[in-house]
Amino acid sequence: MIEIKDLRKDFGSLTAVRDLSFEVPEGQVLGFLGPNGAGKSTTMKMICGFLTPTAGSVSVCGFDIETQPLEAKRCMGYLPEGAPGYGEMTPQQFLDFIADIRGLDTAQRRERQGKVIDQLQLGRVLHQSIDTLSKGFRRRVGLAQALLHDPRVLILDEPTDGLDPNQKHEVRELIGALAKDKIVIVSTHILEEVEAVCDRAIIIARGRLLADATPQELEAKSRYHNAVRLTTSELDAAVEQISRLANVTHVDVERNSRRLVAIPQSGTAPFGEISKLAQEQGWPVEELTVERGRLDEVFRQITLGGTDSQGAQA
Amino acid sequence: MSQTLNIFRREIASYFATPVAYVFIVIFLLLMGWFSWGFGRLFESGQADLYGPFFNFHPWLYLFLVPAISMRLWAEERKSGTIELLLTLPVSMLQAVIGKFLAAWAFCGLALALTFPVWISVNYLGEPDNGVILAGYVGSFLMAGGFLAIGSCISATTRNQVVAFILTVVVCFAFLLFGLSGVIDFFRGWAPSALVDALAGLSFSTHFDAIAKGVLDLRDILFFLLVIAFWLAANAIVIDLKKAD
Repeated sequence: MIEIKDLRKDFGSLTAVRDLSFEVPEGQVLGFLGPNGAGKSTTMKMICGFLTPTAGSVSVCGFDIETQPLEAKRCMGYLPEGAPGYGEMTPQQFLDFIADIRGLDTAQRRERQGKVIDQLQLGRVLHQSIDTLSKGFRRRVGLAQALLHDPRVLILDEPTDGLDPNQKHEVRELIGALAKDKIVIVSTHILEEVEAVCDRAIIIARGRLLADATPQELEAKSRYHNAVRLTTSELDAAVEQISRLANVTHVDVERNSRRLVAIPQSGTAPFGEISKLAQEQGWPVEELTVERGRLDEVFRQITLGGTDSQGAQA
Repeated sequence: MSQTLNIFRREIASYFATPVAYVFIVIFLLLMGWFSWGFGRLFESGQADLYGPFFNFHPWLYLFLVPAISMRLWAEERKSGTIELLLTLPVSMLQAVIGKFLAAWAFCGLALALTFPVWISVNYLGEPDNGVILAGYVGSFLMAGGFLAIGSCISATTRNQVVAFILTVVVCFAFLLFGLSGVIDFFRGWAPSALVDALAGLSFSTHFDAIAKGVLDLRDILFFLLVIAFWLAANAIVIDLKKAD
């Protein structure tokens, strides 16, 4: 369990995080979303006990990070932004050092090191200095370090940054496989990642919490939620007829791909009507699908929307 | 305690994982040899003691060589971002500061111990007072610790190792300077004598000279230990204040 209450961090006159409160129960994978400079990393650094909050409190596994820092740090694994590591060490030496610091005994060390080396496929580079590793391998060494003591809480700051699509996929599988009884907080600005691994998403911008929902709920906020995509050679006829339907507010047309997207009135699902219409009219349908919603659009709407209202106030 | 040891071990290993350790030790020994045999006329002096031709030069060698070790202690951690990793491991700030300091100190001690051929030489050439020589080594080691503690604290203020090096040389130089008789006489002319005595009392050279002449006074030893404790405490505070930037 992680409890965050009224968390605030000032750097001089700049407020990086303001009045952030949320709780994360066991077994949840929380996606931490926000534009660059939103305060994601600052928040994570406070949860891990690196930065001291200006106000508010953080409690991890029942330990307050300010009054019982060592206990709290023991139950956490942390991957800092950019996955820093000691360049002159090899991954094996680095993991030995972490095992010493985490107090693993010989048997645990062998078992856990074998496991993370296997999970993150580090076998090939174990005895090569970290400085000479590619960005992807360095990130995986950082993840291995965070996972080594099998922590109850994992805080990962942009874990898939710099990985190729295959590696990204593997890391997401790994996070998904972990999650059963753990708390995982993942910061990212890759929205597909949130859909792929998170049970819950928190969007922050300019240090404020703007949304806290499941990825599905966020998708439902999109104007493309339940929109219908239709590809047909009879595009003009289709556009004309569909835009007359009562539940359709607008039709986007992509002429090159002979595709239209019918955006519904909020709260309605015009798929049935459109499908019936296509059958009646005998349009040659190549594709007819329902969209779940577009997270990137919701993300823009939520994070930029704040700026507009703030601008209006000022 | 065991966490301090873990950090100590990692640091020591990192010195020897790069050429830094070997370059440092070779340069240190070459300069020591040149100072004592060439510049210090150890052989020509005809006296079997190490104070004049050997230990006398230690403060000046340390002035440039110790900051070269201490500059990377924290500046490098800040630059590479590993400071964030280190301080989110279940390690207290003091354990981290002391572990890193002790590693650097032990490394200096190793370099110092490798000057043993000088000691063997004077024993071969004459009959020196080995007790005085041992006192000299103890004093030299304590003084290196004082310089290192200053350097460690200054290294924590910046992520630039060159800045850390230069600032450390300047501060250490000031701590040496106040003990030189010429400098003290210069101040004696116009500054209040209490202030001059206080400054002279803070000087590394005053206390080192006392020990190196063979007088192992508890107060001189305590002076260096207190200097180390003070600068390491300051070191921890500096990291705490500056870790955000």
